[in-house]
Amino acid sequence: MKIHEYQAKEILRRYGVPTPRGEAAFTAEQAFRVAEKLGGKVVIKAQIHAGGRGKGGGVKIAGDAAEARQIASQILGMRLVTHQTGPEGRIVERLLIEETLPIERELYLGLALDRSLGRTVFMASSAGGVEIEEVARQNPELILKETIEPGTRLRPYQARRLAFGAGIPAPLASAAVAAMIGVAEAYQDTDASLAEVNPFILTSDGKICALDAKMNFDDNALYRHPELVELRDRKEEDPLEVEAGNHGLNYIKLDGNVGCMVNGAGLAMATMDIIKYAGGNPANFLDVGGGASAEQVKNAFRILLSDPNVKAVLINIFGGILRVDTLAAGVVQAARALEIHVPIVLRLEGTNLEKGRQILAESGLDFTVATGMQEAAEKVVQLAQ
Amino acid sequence: MSILIDETTRVIVQGFGKQGAFHAEQCLQYGTKIVGGVTPGKGGTRQLGLPVFDTVGQARRELEPTASVVFVPPAGAADAILEAVDAGLALVVCITEGIPTRDMIEVRRFLERSRTRLIGPNCPGVISPGKSKIGIMPGYIHRPGTVGLVSRSGTLTYEAVAQLTALGIGQSTCIGIGGDPIIGTNFVDAIRLFNQDPETRAIVMIGEIGGTAEEAAAAWVRENVRKPVVGFIAGQTAPPGRRMGHAGAIISGGSGTAAEKIRALEEAGIGVASSPADIGATVLKLIGKNSTT
Repeated sequence: MKIHEYQAKEILRRYGVPTPRGEAAFTAEQAFRVAEKLGGKVVIKAQIHAGGRGKGGGVKIAGDAAEARQIASQILGMRLVTHQTGPEGRIVERLLIEETLPIERELYLGLALDRSLGRTVFMASSAGGVEIEEVARQNPELILKETIEPGTRLRPYQARRLAFGAGIPAPLASAAVAAMIGVAEAYQDTDASLAEVNPFILTSDGKICALDAKMNFDDNALYRHPELVELRDRKEEDPLEVEAGNHGLNYIKLDGNVGCMVNGAGLAMATMDIIKYAGGNPANFLDVGGGASAEQVKNAFRILLSDPNVKAVLINIFGGILRVDTLAAGVVQAARALEIHVPIVLRLEGTNLEKGRQILAESGLDFTVATGMQEAAEKVVQLAQ
Repeated sequence: MSILIDETTRVIVQGFGKQGAFHAEQCLQYGTKIVGGVTPGKGGTRQLGLPVFDTVGQARRELEPTASVVFVPPAGAADAILEAVDAGLALVVCITEGIPTRDMIEVRRFLERSRTRLIGPNCPGVISPGKSKIGIMPGYIHRPGTVGLVSRSGTLTYEAVAQLTALGIGQSTCIGIGGDPIIGTNFVDAIRLFNQDPETRAIVMIGEIGGTAEEAAAAWVRENVRKPVVGFIAGQTAPPGRRMGHAGAIISGGSGTAAEKIRALEEAGIGVASSPADIGATVLKLIGKNSTT
């Protein structure tokens, strides 16, 4: 799960990490009031779950509160397109209004899981404020790493190594160390999957500050963080994907015309692959999970058919222990209930295969039964044309 | 021969409730020596006619199991794994999906200091066809033989196995290692075991986009494996994007695309099946070629 910058900063503040003074605003009027309270020059930052906001025109400076109101009214409601949003962009509905700070240097702080080590790694770099992936590619030596031992915290000596290694001057080192430990503890306590402060700045008046912040959380651990679940912004998520998630389905919309319904993520990806090999284009990724009950199949149909581009559907279910007759009955029931009018190709594998095929054949619905993925893909691509 | 499990493996079920019992019954029918189970609070009762204990320690003393299969729900699953590790079981297969990563970080550290091998979590389990099945995979699609199979996926593994069996190619052992960020046994671990097993003549590895586990496995194969290896990577046509965020990408040291993985596999001399429908055929081609030389 992702949250907004202003929400991530609220979390970091609770861990003693200095952030700019500021508040979120949902209207131009609120932006005006926040700017007035802050006084002087303010920065207005669009709050969307994507990076690259500055380049897209989502971050602006206002000289005073009146200008802040005017800029806020321009940004609110705009469709912000960045390299991370895709061409459709995101509608801006929330702003963060903050004081401006005299930046002397920009650094980078980040935490994530190192899968091969099975441990959390804290990264710091003197090259902040830019795309850190670029730094990793061109100057990997500028990224310093410290591994956090399971069951422990980032140790002060590790933070010192990062702070001095990144060239933070001695007078600011202890403040930077405290901030790093704060970021690390916030990450661990919230079951985060990613935390980034980019840039982490040194100011010309001798302070440190988390100028930007980003946090993502482990969905599997949200059950123990009800306070984080409340930060979820559904408007940032694709409504179909949200609905699919509510039904225990994993759905990702794509731009082809062959709808797919598959059990298991690996087989679902392989099904998309083979549709392409057969000359077609998948309209979606849809994993119905291991069970694939009649209810699941029905929900899956409803979601994938809400995409008007879908001209044919391929159902590829490797039932295994699941009985094919039960599955077939579920498909027939769902197809009747939803009055499905596009051709459906089924490739079902599991026990009671013959009985399952009989149920499909006797249903009177437009089903094409295929044996094997290859044949299924060829048939559905043909039907979609 | 087979790796990890065979007809002598004695298995207890952790989380011996409805779901656990359903799959345990399938395992029993396949011939697995399920000897009992553990459900805290249900000690002294019976499930499927088998004894149930409150703790793994009790079950271990009474039943002398060598392996455990975990069906405990996500919130308690990591703890269940640790309990099995603490009891000194040689093998733990965790089927549970949705365990928080932070919990698995702790499990992983425990494992490093133990002799227990963990398979999973979030996996279909392990099967040595004709001997023993510890997991939720359909037994009937398998056939005893000499091809070892390791996969990150669940149902795609079944697909590959079914192709092999249809071509008359049997399997020594099939392992679903699971798709979570932290798993107990990775590709290299599994391939190493297959490489040491004299009766495994060829190895199939089925990977997916994301991470760098397949690249690491390819590097290991190039250095250490002389048996024929076939690979498949799912997600070759998945659109870019949906990335995990900057820090994740930096740490894994690559973007984990299918193209990168396939290149790594091919450079290691692994026969890559480009279509998921060709996994079995690719194995047949390699084994055939191998047996003539």
